[in-house]
Amino acid sequence: MKRDDLPPPIEGLDARIRRARDARDDTKSTGQQSTGLAWAARLTTEMFAALVVGGGLGWLVDRWLGTRPWFMLVFLLIGCAAGMLNAYRAARRFESRADDGVI
Amino acid sequence: MAAEHSPLEQFAIKRLVELDIGGVDVSFTNSSLMMVIAVASITLFLMVGARRHAMVPGRWQSMVELAYELVAKSVRDNIGIEGRPYFAFVFSLFMFLLFCNVLGLIPYSFTVTSHIIVTFVFAGAIFIGVTVLGFVRHGLKFFGFFLPPGVPIYLAPLLVPIEFISYLSRPISLSVRLAANMMAGHTMLKVFAGFVVALGLMGVAPLIFIVLLFALETLIAFLQAYVFAVLTCLYINDAIHLHH
Repeated sequence: MKRDDLPPPIEGLDARIRRARDARDDTKSTGQQSTGLAWAARLTTEMFAALVVGGGLGWLVDRWLGTRPWFMLVFLLIGCAAGMLNAYRAARRFESRADDGVI
Repeated sequence: MAAEHSPLEQFAIKRLVELDIGGVDVSFTNSSLMMVIAVASITLFLMVGARRHAMVPGRWQSMVELAYELVAKSVRDNIGIEGRPYFAFVFSLFMFLLFCNVLGLIPYSFTVTSHIIVTFVFAGAIFIGVTVLGFVRHGLKFFGFFLPPGVPIYLAPLLVPIEFISYLSRPISLSVRLAANMMAGHTMLKVFAGFVVALGLMGVAPLIFIVLLFALETLIAFLQAYVFAVLTCLYINDAIHLHH
């Protein structure tokens, strides 16, 4: 009763599914290049936003106390550090979740 | 001629119905119209998808399930089991931004999310909501969020301002990212569309470029809505679990 056009018997099915799944997983990183752009935009905005908040906060404190430009200078530096921290945290999260590199 | 064909003309707000309540301009604009269309489309999309809950989903039901599972997965992965009460919020947010982004890609429509005031209201509301959530869940211990554990106390005067500014920068980066992506993409499309007309026969080259750019813009429309939703999840997670 053996026919040639039938697929291989059920015993090998597990192995075949596993092989197919492995082959599929290899193609998983094809989206990486396009998400790289979003990723770059993400890091820049993180740094930029902290700098703006730092500078703005310093400017407000200066206007309130009339000490222009000292607080703004100090807060710009702190904002710079905060921006680095933001970018670092985002990058670390990116590293730990290499499987879907969107965020 | 230059004025009416400016690449930035597409972002102009036009009043469709003039309205004035107590000196406040609450006119119904093209922006409001697009928001209404987005909400109506989302309602239609979900209603049609959920109308027949087949065991084996059809195309439409598959799309709805895909959207549901995408958000459900990011809520589960980023917040955990405690994130379940926030699913409805994140899902609504994601769907609204997604539909605004995608509907904005249709020629002659208007991209709501290209205006920073719209995205900033969303990001600001999320920021305030997450801060309130943190104080409700942890009380005054929430201030500990600004001083990472294990840091020597003499470093606190330096680190607390840095953490504080980093925290304050969240709504800015969240809103600027979405609005800037949308605005830059749509401006670029318009600029290259201008080249097609100006170059005559040679305009085929920028035309091909526009087709490719449009594909990229479609991807960005999806991606930025997703990024916004995932970052919202991360912020909720920070407020619930108090660590970075």
